Amino acid sequence: MRIIVCVKQVPDTNEIKINPETGTLIRDGVPSILNPDDANALEAALAIKDSCPDTTTVTAITMGPPQAKEMLKDCIAMGADEAILLSDRALGGSDTWATSNALASGIKQIGSYDLIFAGRQAIDGDTAQVGPQIAEKLNLPQVTYVRSLKLNDDCLTVERALENGYEIIDVKMPCLLTTIKELNTPRYKTVQGIMDSESADISVWNADDIGVDKHTVGLKASPTNVFKSFTPKPKGAGVYVSGGSPKEKVQILLSALEEKHVI
Amino acid sequence: MKDFQDYKNVWIFAEQRDLELMGVAKELLGEGYRLSRGLSGDSKVCAVIMGYGVSNLIDEAYAYGADIVYTMDHPLLKNYTTDAYAKVLSEAIKSYKPEIVLFGATHIGRDLAPRVAARLNTGLTADCTRLDVNTSDYMDYLEKNTTASLNGLDRNDTSTMLKQTRPAFGGNLMATIITPNSRPQMSTVRPGVMAKLERDDSHKGIHINVAVNLEDDDIRVKVRDVIIEAKKIVSLTDAKIICSGGRGVGSKEGFKLMEEFAETVGGMVGASRGAVDSGWIDQSRQVGQTGTTVKPKIYFACGISGAIQHLAGMQESDIIIAINKDPDCPMMKIADYALEGDLKQVIPEIIEQWKSN
Repeated sequence: MRIIVCVKQVPDTNEIKINPETGTLIRDGVPSILNPDDANALEAALAIKDSCPDTTTVTAITMGPPQAKEMLKDCIAMGADEAILLSDRALGGSDTWATSNALASGIKQIGSYDLIFAGRQAIDGDTAQVGPQIAEKLNLPQVTYVRSLKLNDDCLTVERALENGYEIIDVKMPCLLTTIKELNTPRYKTVQGIMDSESADISVWNADDIGVDKHTVGLKASPTNVFKSFTPKPKGAGVYVSGGSPKEKVQILLSALEEKHVI
Repeated sequence: MKDFQDYKNVWIFAEQRDLELMGVAKELLGEGYRLSRGLSGDSKVCAVIMGYGVSNLIDEAYAYGADIVYTMDHPLLKNYTTDAYAKVLSEAIKSYKPEIVLFGATHIGRDLAPRVAARLNTGLTADCTRLDVNTSDYMDYLEKNTTASLNGLDRNDTSTMLKQTRPAFGGNLMATIITPNSRPQMSTVRPGVMAKLERDDSHKGIHINVAVNLEDDDIRVKVRDVIIEAKKIVSLTDAKIICSGGRGVGSKEGFKLMEEFAETVGGMVGASRGAVDSGWIDQSRQVGQTGTTVKPKIYFACGISGAIQHLAGMQESDIIIAINKDPDCPMMKIADYALEGDLKQVIPEIIEQWKSN
């Protein structure tokens, strides 16, 4: 069985701080990581491989700049068999539609597959669009927000999380699933894995290698454009209450709220 | 510039579950109403209701502002499936050509919208918090709420391209996205962000039943069951007062104090991701980028330092009251009222004084 896992390298937004003077993000020195939901996707694939190690191949694929190789090495160190980086200036600036065109072409280039995993969404953009759009481009059934899964022959039984419960869904392979953190706990890299990843040969494919129509990828082909980007206006300073006993502080607060007719 | 004259009207995917309209569907009808009035003269806001046996929802859609209600009613649409809904909705969009299509950013809307957008080869903007067609309104918004420069914008500009504004990086950056060269312009919108219209049961519109062309083979998944979990459904988005606890609450026990606090002030308990990850409270209470977006009248942030993901989900609250030992944490900086102190002492005081008032 061949499993493909779509992954993305993202800045660790937990580490992003705001410059209080300018209200802008401080991105310097922010580490790049494997997107958290994608780690759950990779874990799901590796768990299947654990159950039939001899017949399962796990391939991680990403689109990004050359630095994304580092994240792919992490995927190999966790246990992926191989990793592919789609990297080309022609792919730069792609929105979700264009990104899914590139990744779908890359996946076609890999050849046959039984199962594709993707994380639900990436923490830098939070769109949750690329997974379903890859499924559309490959004409595959999809199940998003997968919180549990069971494999029986060529069919999967999965639980799809809803806001107030879940659905139990049967889906035949090949199909694409997007994963959430409730699905599993991603494993750590092993020492052997880290050593293997150092010597691993990560394939780097450009737009020609994947045979994608260049009118469907990159900034210019993307149907959405950034019209403006900006920061919210900082709010005026609030009322700071630090002196006195807890009782006095609460008195100050409640009388201020009453004065403003909030309560 | 392509000619999009054939594309008219604002469509709302009026999501229903168990034959009840979702709150976000009503919110989007309100927003769609406002947008449609800013488009060319005879633009309409249209509810699209898909399911099986949905006719009793038509009047409700009118009451929340719909000028036209399209229904797609078919046994194979009873349970939501990506395949069936994407096929039926894509075909309807192709034949009716709406200018704008809006979806709630629910687990269903976020499954369906990208699939449809990809099939139609058009753009989709996720999790929008503001939509504008009128340039002058958009400029007012930028001027009042943001640090954006107005260079390149003109108040007399009569073009009506949909300007879709969404937070990035937890709301510290905002971006306005446009879809200049394809139609429809599609967005998902987070629940709890847009305002619904006052319900008006005397408002009526036009109903169009759209023929559904579906067969069993179109659906490649089988929904065996839909399970609604017995736990009380928490609607943080509707709460007027939210008492949120973070890591500073310290324990499950600490959340009992939060419960008492919320009960006293007539509010609901929320939580930061840190408290949820520590297992002190259920994930359904999480406020923030990966949880629920809220804008209550009063938001108490107790022992929450204010990671940007959390701030993204609550900074639109009318009044933010932070209680924290750390005077320098981000939450204390953005709060309208910042009480420096130990929440274990401050909260019992609030409970006592609130009761005696």
